[in-house]
Amino acid sequence: MNTAIIKYNAGNIQSVLFALERLNAPAVVTDDPALIREADKVIFPGVGEASSAMQYLRERRLDEVIKSLEQPVLGICLGMQLMCTHSDEGDTTCLGIFDTQVKKFDQGLKTPQIGWNQAKQKRPELFAGFDEDPYFYFVHSYYAGVCDETAATTEYGLSFSSALQKKNFYGVQFHPEKSAEAGQILLENFLKL
Amino acid sequence: MLTKRIIPCLDIKDGRTVKGTNFVQLKDAGDPIELAAMYASQGADELVFLDITATHERRKTLADLVNKVARQINIPFTVGGGISTVEDVRILLQNGADKISVNTAAVKNPALINELAKEFGSQCVVLAIDTKLEDDGEWYVYLTGGRTKTNIRCVDWARKAVDLGAGEILLTSMNHDGTKSGFALSITKRLSTSLPVPVIASGGGGTMQHFVDVFKEASADAALAASIFHFKEISIPDLKNYLSDQDISIRK
Repeated sequence: MNTAIIKYNAGNIQSVLFALERLNAPAVVTDDPALIREADKVIFPGVGEASSAMQYLRERRLDEVIKSLEQPVLGICLGMQLMCTHSDEGDTTCLGIFDTQVKKFDQGLKTPQIGWNQAKQKRPELFAGFDEDPYFYFVHSYYAGVCDETAATTEYGLSFSSALQKKNFYGVQFHPEKSAEAGQILLENFLKL
Repeated sequence: MLTKRIIPCLDIKDGRTVKGTNFVQLKDAGDPIELAAMYASQGADELVFLDITATHERRKTLADLVNKVARQINIPFTVGGGISTVEDVRILLQNGADKISVNTAAVKNPALINELAKEFGSQCVVLAIDTKLEDDGEWYVYLTGGRTKTNIRCVDWARKAVDLGAGEILLTSMNHDGTKSGFALSITKRLSTSLPVPVIASGGGGTMQHFVDVFKEASADAALAASIFHFKEISIPDLKNYLSDQDISIRK
């Protein structure tokens, strides 16, 4: 089994690769559409800014590639946000896989939200094996609103989508690659899909 | 609910973990990778590595250490010490650091904070401030590992740095560091309640009650300590249980 990690102009790609190495899961970091299409699983990582990331993806037609994938796809952090319809960050039209919008946290809150917060599970696929609602590591200033495709919610001033899923597409706002045992379990759950 | 973070700090000199009192009298405290792995398994929420020799001595070894840590450790970590350029930061982030901290170089060239925030995002730019309470009752910024005094007030510098794009403040009180007499509650509270970014309190943590105080009284978002963890005076699981019993939101 092989996992493709989509290479683009965003951070944390190395961390995701290291996390898969710790799970002994073979992975390649690539922006080659053919390699992405033929992978068993695809991870769409990302720490960065929405509009420049979308521009980079469009210039390489990776936006069309991602939308057309049929194997399980996991967006992480900015990756998940880019799978929504629109982000207020740079007023960016995104991939439109998840039917929700990405907005900035209210002024009164410390942003970015940095640290460990709890994900309340709504859908079981990514969260198998947790007796209690697990804690994950978050670093973000923008959030995806709650919608029918919400797979977990988290509270920070308001309730937002900390996980989304629709058909073969999954997204998590937190960083499983940096979330200790809980993150490893979640990544293993994704790799078993 | 977002939890308060417990952050062990590893001061690195020539590839080993060291710890001193009031920034001097260094003692060997072990292998950084082994310590980091142990803290991660015990429930540390993040780690900070500060290369305290970096300003004066060579630092290629730091990138190698960062790479090893990133491969083995499954929690976030910050790397600091002698960072003065965008290129320094790029190398550390590419090797797997989640955040970097800047200190002296940012005071000398505040535009550095803005450059780093634009290039890599505020979320990975931590501003470290070493500060000391002087006889006039004001907290001042110190540079080069606490060796050089400035006339800059801590509160002014923290505010300016946040405006420039710092995503987090790591505040070390030189009056308290290494004393185990408790964190500097007044200055920590001033920053954490007035700034729109998280504040990590550092220096002085000696008992579990000190951590309760810095979270409850000073509203710190995270607390950092070194020697009490390195020399096993307080264990992280015991500390987290204690905090949880005191109704402080913590990841267990």
